[in-house]
Amino acid sequence: MLKIGQSQYDALRRHGEETYPYECCGVLLGRFEDGGRVVTSTARCGNTRDDSPQNRYHIDPQEVIRIQREGRERQEDIIGFYHSHPDHPARWSPTDLAEAHWFGCSYVITSVEKGKAADTNSFELTGSDEQDKQLVGEKVEVG
Amino acid sequence: MKLNPPPPRGHHFVGMTKIHIPSPLRQYAGQQADVAVQGTTVGDVLSDLVARHPDLRRHLYTEEGKLRAFVNIYVNDEDIRYLKREATAVTDSDTISIVPSVAGGALR
Repeated sequence: MLKIGQSQYDALRRHGEETYPYECCGVLLGRFEDGGRVVTSTARCGNTRDDSPQNRYHIDPQEVIRIQREGRERQEDIIGFYHSHPDHPARWSPTDLAEAHWFGCSYVITSVEKGKAADTNSFELTGSDEQDKQLVGEKVEVG
Repeated sequence: MKLNPPPPRGHHFVGMTKIHIPSPLRQYAGQQADVAVQGTTVGDVLSDLVARHPDLRRHLYTEEGKLRAFVNIYVNDEDIRYLKREATAVTDSDTISIVPSVAGGALR
């Protein structure tokens, strides 16, 4: 399960609307709790895939390090990431799975249809290694 | 080579370099977010890390012993790919970060 406050939930959806028709991306910070994750803040990131931003995203590791460092000062951990799918379902793609490596973290996807945020779904990266990993849908509790 | 034990929690890593472990790998590093390691190069400190925590090896390296392509290693804020890769020198004032890639997208 992913627990997220209304303001953080709205913020990541709004981010997708602002970057439409390109994919947005960002980091979810918070804590691991009772087998799930609790979001306490989000951090917007740049999408370095300027060769194909309408259907690809990549976050510069240097940005991840900075966000991680700032999060640690607030006792927050990186617990997941979010991105958007412009005019495409809020469902992980084979590329999303192939490029997911943060086991135990949440990957949140928002479909943005004609510029408006539609569905937001979250998937936990489960498994023990690159051979058995899966993105498994999880409940999102907003509020 | 005899390895010194890691310093007590909160102790300054005198003579040792700090490696920050990302959340998905902490279960293989004794649940530690930071591990003190010895060595004068990135290659040395990573070797020390997997010697102390052998379960990390397969998550960082291929069977051929190469760093996995999605494993980014930074010395402070610099990617080792733009330095001297695993030959990059490190001191006890440096922080090494292991950062798995974050990417994806709707396109199949």
